Amino acid sequence: MNVKTLFLLLFLPAQTMAQGFAGLGTTADGFATPQPDRALEFPADHGPHPAYRIEWWYLTANMTGPDGTPYGLQWTLFRSALAPRDGEGWDTPQLWMGHAAVTTPEAHHVAERLARGGIGQAGVEPAPFQAWIDDWAMQGPNFDTLTLTASGPDFAYDVDLAATGPLVLHGQDGYSVKSAAGQASYYYSQPLYDLNGTLTLPEGDVAVTGQAWLDREWSSQPLAEDQDGWDWFSLSFDSGDKLMGFVLRGASDFTAGTWITAQGAVTALPDGAFSATPLSWHEVTGREVPVEWQVRLPEQGLNATVRAINPDAWMTTSVPYWEGPVTINGSHTGTGYLEMTGYEE
Amino acid sequence: MSRVILSALLSHWRRNPLQLITLLAGLALATALWSGVQAINAEARASYDAAAATLGDGQYAQITARDGGAIPQETYVALRRGGWAVSPVIEGRIDGVRLIGLEPLTAPGGLGPVRAGGEADLGAFLSGSGQVFARSDTLTRLPDLAAEPVTAPDVAPNTALTDIGVAQRLLDREGQIDRLIVLPDQPLTRRPLSDIAPDLIRSAPQEGGDVARLTDSFHLNLTAFGLLSFAVGLFIVQGAIGLAFEQRRPMVRTLRALGVPLRRLILLMAVELALLALLAGGIGVALGYLIAAALLPDVAATLRGLYGADVAGQLSLRPVWWLSGLGIALGGTALAASGALWSLARMPLLSGAQPRALMMARSGVGQATIAALLLVLSGALALWGDGLLAGFAMLGALLIGGALALPPLLGLVLRWAETPARSATAEWFWADTRQQVPGLSLALMALLLAMAANVGVSTMVSSFRLTFTGFLDQRLASELYVRAADAAQADMIREVARDHADALLPLLSTERQVAGMPAKVYAARDHATYRDNWQFLDAVPNPWDRLARGEGVLINEQMFRRSDLSLGDEVTIALGTGLPVLGIYGDYGNPIGQVIVTEPLFRDLHPEVTALRFGLRSDPGQVAALRDALKEAGIPQAAMTDQAALKRMSLAVFERTFTVTTALNVLTLAVAGFAILMSLLTLAAMRLPQLAPVWALGLTRRSLARLDLLRAVVLAALTAALALPLGLALAWALLAVVNVEAFGWRLPMYLFPLDYLRLTGLALLAAALAASWPAWRLSRTPPAQLLGVFRNER
Repeated sequence: MNVKTLFLLLFLPAQTMAQGFAGLGTTADGFATPQPDRALEFPADHGPHPAYRIEWWYLTANMTGPDGTPYGLQWTLFRSALAPRDGEGWDTPQLWMGHAAVTTPEAHHVAERLARGGIGQAGVEPAPFQAWIDDWAMQGPNFDTLTLTASGPDFAYDVDLAATGPLVLHGQDGYSVKSAAGQASYYYSQPLYDLNGTLTLPEGDVAVTGQAWLDREWSSQPLAEDQDGWDWFSLSFDSGDKLMGFVLRGASDFTAGTWITAQGAVTALPDGAFSATPLSWHEVTGREVPVEWQVRLPEQGLNATVRAINPDAWMTTSVPYWEGPVTINGSHTGTGYLEMTGYEE
Repeated sequence: MSRVILSALLSHWRRNPLQLITLLAGLALATALWSGVQAINAEARASYDAAAATLGDGQYAQITARDGGAIPQETYVALRRGGWAVSPVIEGRIDGVRLIGLEPLTAPGGLGPVRAGGEADLGAFLSGSGQVFARSDTLTRLPDLAAEPVTAPDVAPNTALTDIGVAQRLLDREGQIDRLIVLPDQPLTRRPLSDIAPDLIRSAPQEGGDVARLTDSFHLNLTAFGLLSFAVGLFIVQGAIGLAFEQRRPMVRTLRALGVPLRRLILLMAVELALLALLAGGIGVALGYLIAAALLPDVAATLRGLYGADVAGQLSLRPVWWLSGLGIALGGTALAASGALWSLARMPLLSGAQPRALMMARSGVGQATIAALLLVLSGALALWGDGLLAGFAMLGALLIGGALALPPLLGLVLRWAETPARSATAEWFWADTRQQVPGLSLALMALLLAMAANVGVSTMVSSFRLTFTGFLDQRLASELYVRAADAAQADMIREVARDHADALLPLLSTERQVAGMPAKVYAARDHATYRDNWQFLDAVPNPWDRLARGEGVLINEQMFRRSDLSLGDEVTIALGTGLPVLGIYGDYGNPIGQVIVTEPLFRDLHPEVTALRFGLRSDPGQVAALRDALKEAGIPQAAMTDQAALKRMSLAVFERTFTVTTALNVLTLAVAGFAILMSLLTLAAMRLPQLAPVWALGLTRRSLARLDLLRAVVLAALTAALALPLGLALAWALLAVVNVEAFGWRLPMYLFPLDYLRLTGLALLAAALAASWPAWRLSRTPPAQLLGVFRNER
């Protein structure tokens, strides 16, 4: 799971905004709430679920250029509903937000798009798969074969994705619990995309290859009232194993995650199994953010250091947060992505 | 010591309270007129700025339809999907209030009251019935819109903001967009505009601020009036200061003889004047506020009527203008007093007892030369000048030159009048009148300016009124005008017209960009109504026949002048449709361009426009029957306007447009009349030594008073005679230069001899009235006082 519900905050009244990321812990009036016994259906569930308050299509990728330089890439489409219904034209309460970024060891390029649903400016179709906002798109004949495009004032990218493994359902067959109080979401991933394509950067075009990880999640009230931010990791080890793990920071921390073996076997991790401790902090736009972590998962013998490739990977979007590629060293080695929210100025 | 000197200086004002009042009143009036006009301008500019801030006018590049029409919503989505960071805007009017629909998610930050991450509740703005943001006075003017009204003081006046979806619904224009704001940050890659939407054009940021550009000339006009009033006021101030200084020469001599250093004396006199100026300036600013508050609603109505610019009808106190009011009062006093202080500084210690002689010597060649130079300059500007500024410079040179030329000219005329005089009394009368001119010249110059302005402006307004009523007769030829609510009602009107009216003329129009300026395109049915009534400023032979054959278009004068078109030039009225200009007609109802095409061609080009307004021709006696028939067919009474009512309404709009001008005009004349009264009153006391010998030679006090009265009337008459040509020159400049620049039309100049006669009569009456009190006092002067002149030996 990645609790990237920033989008909801963006569309909440100012009073709620002032509460920071804790705003995600508000009640889900009239919206559907995830139930543990619902089986996910594809390709229908690749499409939007307007009865739920929030939803996202969230892709991150670790890549290398011809000279071995590491790059990171983000493409995200958020859906947020002001009311639990769909509609035609401007009248629809469905709102969309896109975030795109490219991270190099020296620079971090960010762009953001906002759109209303109902007029064709943004949306998602399950089959053939198409998710778009303005000129940004993630589309293909099916969920396994996609092209991905985005552009900002100082960057653009156009890459192809090909899945090499099955979808991974988190939690209990895709029902992912988010707090001790029982908040939950539907959550599945495609952690195994081979990527190749082109980044357009101020210094020129760069041909890249790498691995991408796509998260799909929808919910109506994913956080408990006292939770005000999270640290989320998606790690790909050189052994072929993968780990998704997160820490929800609140009155007491709540952690969860999924261990995916190289063979594709999936294990859901209960609260407390996964842990992450900040090792060093970095000041970015006036606030301190941990950019080096010690992550542990004793049952898999994992005890490694996760370090940001570019500690300044700050997303200067409507609701700002940190998101960027990381390298892993220690008991395991590899690359991954880190997201951190709720760090106040 | 300073206190003693100051009290000696101030004692002069105590002994001559009238002079003090003159000085204060003159300065206060001048400041009032100036700061009143400035307040109006400042308020209007603040309104434009608020509008620009609310709407992003001028800040951002814009994309509009090449033909000026609506942009389909699908085109907006196509542009976004092509990579263009643009935000849609729709505009319309509801009960006169400008309703603007924005899309807060894509609008640039700082635009509109609601934006992502802002303080307002975006959810409430976007969902349900929506919200409408406006000032509280604007909200009260709006009908019930079924959207939540929200008071927002920083929205532009008479403007309401809402979500684009709500606006489309309220304006009944679903799926339409008027313009797209182009955000400054565009993505690295995007498809060219011409690929996605070849019908759209992108305009650079500064071109958005049309209102400011259009209204500039109007404000320059007001400013010119303010300056003129201030100049007239300054004549009074200079007169009062000059007089006071002349009268205080003996006191200055005494003070200096007592050992007061000249430098300190001058400094203290300057301080004294500065205090008086601040006092008068304060009163003037307060008066100016009252004037501005009284005139602002009319100015707001004018700006809305003429330019569609929304200006708040209420005045707010802005430090800029009251500070500038005090500043100009101080500056004006300094200007008016500099001459007096200078001559005081150069005064020999032991002279100064003969103030009158000094004033006589001062009239002269220098002033005549400056006057001649200014008049030549104004002539040169009239011949070769170009643009509004040159027009105003010409006006300034003309007025100041004319005013400066007045005393030398009066001197010449009086000397010439004196030659044939036979009797001693007559000879004395003319000589004495000539001697009075320097003392009265400032007041007379003020009268000259005020009269010239009055003649000029009233000639312009009356010429305009005459042209305008003629234009209304041409334009409002139909006896009854009917507005249909929908196509079904329009059919109903057609049916009734078939039986009860002589002819039915549909009024079809659409707005689009023509020849680089926003314009309205009208359709004309081939009918005798147009042929019989319309007059052209210039046209090819048989323009109506050729128009009916679709061989060309007619354009209004505004388009002719602004786009520099002439007969035969091709005008593009739709994509790929260019037609030559067949005729140019006068259009005094609005400042924007108009194009008339024949009805069939219009219907081809704009099939989407349906006629909902109709002109019905009928025998004037049958109009009532026609109205009844329409009423029976279910057309509401409110949808019908008869010609007479429409003309009345149009004339009312016209009158309001010039209320401001007329009011300023009357005020200026009143100030000038006041100047004469004050000059005569102050001169009266000084003239006693000159009158005493004449009295002693046998002229009665009564006949002396009669002669004084006559003298005032003669001087006023001579001034009026000079004011007339000056005023006519002013009128010409206003009609041929300023109007063309400000409104885009040139008006024929008509003369109104009766008006001028009446004005002259008024000026003479004012002079006679102003002179009657001093004359009455003269006739009542005790003989002992006249005898005292000889006893005192001055």
